[in-house]
Amino acid sequence: MAETYGTRLPRATDGPIQGRLIVIEGADGSGRTTEVARLKEWLEIEGHPVVDTGLRRSRLVGAEIDRAKLGHTLSPTTMSILYAADFADQLENKILPSLLAGSVVLADRYIYTLMARAVVRGASREWARRLYSFALVPHLTIFLDARPEILLHRAIARYGSLDYWESGMDLSISRDRFESFFAFQRLLQAEFDWMAREYGFVRVDADRDPDAVDVEVRAAVARLYARR
Amino acid sequence: MPADRRPPPPGRHGYPGRIIAFEGLDGSGKSTQARLLVKWLGALGYRVFFTEWNSSDLVSDAIRRGKKQNLLTATTFSLLHAADFADRFERQIAPPLRAGYLVVCDRYAYTAFARDAARGCNPRWVRNLYAFAPRPDRVLYFRVPVATSIARKLAAREKINAWEAGMDLGLSENLLESFRLFQTRLKREYDRLAPRDGFVTIRADRGVESVVASVRQQIRPLLAGFPTAEALVHG
Repeated sequence: MAETYGTRLPRATDGPIQGRLIVIEGADGSGRTTEVARLKEWLEIEGHPVVDTGLRRSRLVGAEIDRAKLGHTLSPTTMSILYAADFADQLENKILPSLLAGSVVLADRYIYTLMARAVVRGASREWARRLYSFALVPHLTIFLDARPEILLHRAIARYGSLDYWESGMDLSISRDRFESFFAFQRLLQAEFDWMAREYGFVRVDADRDPDAVDVEVRAAVARLYARR
Repeated sequence: MPADRRPPPPGRHGYPGRIIAFEGLDGSGKSTQARLLVKWLGALGYRVFFTEWNSSDLVSDAIRRGKKQNLLTATTFSLLHAADFADRFERQIAPPLRAGYLVVCDRYAYTAFARDAARGCNPRWVRNLYAFAPRPDRVLYFRVPVATSIARKLAAREKINAWEAGMDLGLSENLLESFRLFQTRLKREYDRLAPRDGFVTIRADRGVESVVASVRQQIRPLLAGFPTAEALVHG
């Protein structure tokens, strides 16, 4: 039986979950994507079949979300519900079947990022929690925690500028993108601090280099398997 | 200040306008009644806005794609319609509501409450999803027996689509039979919502004119003290 955050999925295929759901959370520039790739490699060498998944990859609404972001036309509520549709599609058509089949599902971000974004854009925590209450509870959630200053330097090094959405420009905090970026990242950080306690994330200091992060992440995953 | 120049007190949602929602099964006659009410209110001089439960461009492609590729589930179906309604609420319903219009809605969030519950979604989860939608000032529920709903639908030679018939639930291999079973479930959900959400139930399995009279009788109290367009401009 798959455990959810309180709401059962109607007509979901049920059965014993053989696989493990491992979530890596962290802002853009926290080294998340690099770590997901490394962890996948390591898990496969250890002999576990891995299916990777991330946000905004569903066939169902991926195109609609991209279109809406280009036009900047949808309200935060509409966007939050569209993101939830995208997530639900992946959960039902990819994550759950893979777990039932015995794979490790490695999620490059999960509902926590979506909830944090919704709350920062004005939704209540309670509304966001209930919205995602059909999500499966991960076996392990790792939070790559990096300071906004570090995130800024990595973004500039990689792209030469700051992304409109990652800077929270739609919140109209400031017309200055740098100021907006810091304010927005701090708001997200506050949500993640709260969720880390509430949901029991394993926090990894991601201000450090990728090797140091990887060692700590592997240790957390190894503990998960040692518990069986 | 004369009575007609005073701004009307806000509705229970806090907006100066009013929301009048029409709910009921397919073939209950609610769309006909909604149009006739809009005509009547307009003739009385009120500022009226009419909106239907139609999918906008936003999600119609996603829904079509989902149906074709067999990706849609009760949960994603529910979420896509909620996103669509959130978008329509923001764009179409909220502006006239804030501008003090009588907004007549042919179907409202209750359509989703009934359909999603009939598909097995958790009702509390669905209600949370629609927390953005204010409670209407009146919900008129056009109640008909399932047999009447089906007979009217068939008489109009309307094509029954698979989702309307709840074919995804596997109730029956036969489209018409599945439609009947699904409408029965929907009716049960509407009957459950009626007392809980304070619907005004209107017996709709009778002549259109006599239903019109009932509708006007139910709406009249809502108009007391509500300004006409004339009063707003020249009052």
